[in-house]
Amino acid sequence: MTGYTSNEMMIVAAARLLKNDDVCFVGIGAPSAACNLARLTHAPDLTLIYESGTIGTKPDILPLSIGDGELCDTAVTTVPVIEMFRYWLQGGRITIGFLGAAQLDKFGNINTTVVGPYAKPKVRLPGGGGAPEIATSCGEIFITMKQSNRGFVEKIDFVTSLGHGRGGDDRARHGVRTKGPTRLITDLAVWAPDAESKEFTVVSLHPGVTREQVRETVGWPAKFAGRVAETPPPTQTELQVLRDLQARTDAAHRGAAKKGE
Amino acid sequence: MATFMSLREAVAAYVHDGDAVAMEGFTHLIPHAAAHETIRQGRRDLTLIRMTPDLIYDQMIGMGCARKLVFSFAGNPGVGLLRRLRDAVENDWPHPLEIEEHSHAAMANAYEAGAAGLPCAIFRGYIGAELKDVNPTIKSITCPFTGEHLAAVPALTPDVGIIHAQKANRRGDVLIEGITGVQKEVVLAAKRSIVTVEEVVEDFTGMHANACILPHWTISAIVAVPGGAHPSYAHGYYKRDNAAYLEWDEISADRDRFLTWMDKHVIKAGPEVFARRVTASGMGGR
Repeated sequence: MTGYTSNEMMIVAAARLLKNDDVCFVGIGAPSAACNLARLTHAPDLTLIYESGTIGTKPDILPLSIGDGELCDTAVTTVPVIEMFRYWLQGGRITIGFLGAAQLDKFGNINTTVVGPYAKPKVRLPGGGGAPEIATSCGEIFITMKQSNRGFVEKIDFVTSLGHGRGGDDRARHGVRTKGPTRLITDLAVWAPDAESKEFTVVSLHPGVTREQVRETVGWPAKFAGRVAETPPPTQTELQVLRDLQARTDAAHRGAAKKGE
Repeated sequence: MATFMSLREAVAAYVHDGDAVAMEGFTHLIPHAAAHETIRQGRRDLTLIRMTPDLIYDQMIGMGCARKLVFSFAGNPGVGLLRRLRDAVENDWPHPLEIEEHSHAAMANAYEAGAAGLPCAIFRGYIGAELKDVNPTIKSITCPFTGEHLAAVPALTPDVGIIHAQKANRRGDVLIEGITGVQKEVVLAAKRSIVTVEEVVEDFTGMHANACILPHWTISAIVAVPGGAHPSYAHGYYKRDNAAYLEWDEISADRDRFLTWMDKHVIKAGPEVFARRVTASGMGGR
C-alpha cells in the first residue's frame, strides 16, 4: 500500500504499540488518534482513560477536548477528577501514559510550559495539566510528536514532566519506580531508550526515511541502535480505519480547518 | 441556605472586588453566563482560580478583571493557546497578571483539601518537575510512617465558588450529571457559592440513589440560566459548541476584534442570550 502521509505513519506506528489488555491514560492530539486507532483495530478491549474522569471510553469520533460529552456517553464509568488523579493514576492502575510535547530532549523530559525563561517567556504554552503526574505514575510512557529542530532540543527550556532526567539511573534517584518513557514515535522513526544511558535511540525507521533525515530534524547528535528495523508500512485496514475516524471527527467538528496543537 | 435570585443579584451580592473566585467545570458545565455577568459588573483585582482557564478566563483576563491567576492547564482545549492570557503574561495587556501554576493533580487535591477542611493537600507529585522551583507554594513533606517524600500544596478555599449544573429542585438542592469534574469540591471548599442551572424542577423523586447532589444548605445562591454553560456543554441538554472554540482562536488573536466581540456579546447582552445560543448553535437545547 502506497500513498500515506508521514503523520498517518506516525499514528499507525504508535497505535501498534498498545496491547488489548493495556489501561491507557490518553493525552489529547496525536496520542488520542493513536489510542483510538488501536481500539478500532487490533486492541478492541484496550481501556482508554481521559483525565476528565472517563474510564473505558469508546468514542466514535476523536474528542476536541479531554472532556467532550462523547467520552462520558461511551464510558464504562465517569468518576470525579479528584478520584481520577488519586485512585486511578496515583493508585497505580494505569499501565501506559501517552503524551505529546512541545519540546523534548534526548532523555524524554517534556516541556509544555514555556519557550524562553519562565518569568518572561517568549511563548507561554498551556502548561502541564495532568502530565507531570502521568509521567511518573503510569507504568510506562509513550511519547508521540513530529520531529523538528524546534521541538527536539539538546536542552529543553523547562522540565514540565520528568522523563529519564539526566539519563542513566537519574529517574530512579528521584525515587520514581515506574519505567518512564519507553518509546518515542515520530513521523520518521520509532525510538527507544538505550538500556544504560537511557538516551533515545532509533530502533526503527519508517519506510523510505534516511538516517540523514532523522539527524537533520533533531537538535542533538542522533544515535541509532545496532540493528535498525524498517517500520512496516500502514496496512490498508489501518489506513482506512484511521481515515474514517478522522473524517467522522472533522465532520463532527464542522469540518473545522484548524487542527489542535 | 440557597436563595433563588437573578444572576445580576447573585453576582452583586457574592462576588466582590479583590475576591478569590473559582469558576469550575472540567470542559463540561463551565459557568460562562456567570462570568459574563461578573465582567458586566466590572469586578476588578480578582484572583481567578480554575484548573483550565479556558475561554471563560481568557475573556475575564482580557477584560481586566484579574490580578492573579491560579491554574494548571492554560490552553484552548484541542485548539491551541489562550491568546488573551498569553498577551497578559507576555505583554502585560491589559495589565500585568500574576500567575500561580500547578498540575491538575495538585489543584484537584487542593480543592479536595479545601472541601475536607484540611490546611493542605498531600500527594505523590511534581517529581523531577520544575514547577516546584518557580512556585513557592509547592512544598515537600515526609511521610511519618514510611519516610517517603511527598508533595504538599495549600488547600484551595476560594471566597466564592461558581459552577453550572443541570437541575435544582424547589428547595435548592442541585443535581450534577456527566463529567462532574471538581464541581462538588469547589462548592464545599468555597466560603460562598453561586450555582447556575439549566432548569428548576419540582423535586428529585426517582433520582438514582448515588446521584451527585449538593444539598441546598451548602449553596448561597441559585440562578436558572438555560444555556448558561455555552459554548461548553450541559450533559443531557446541549453539546459542546466546538466550532465556537475554534472561532475564539481568531476572535482572541487581535485586541480590537476581541474588545468589539466582548462589547457586542457580553457588555451589551444579558443572561437571556444563552438560551438562544444553544439552540442557534444547532447543538441542542430546549
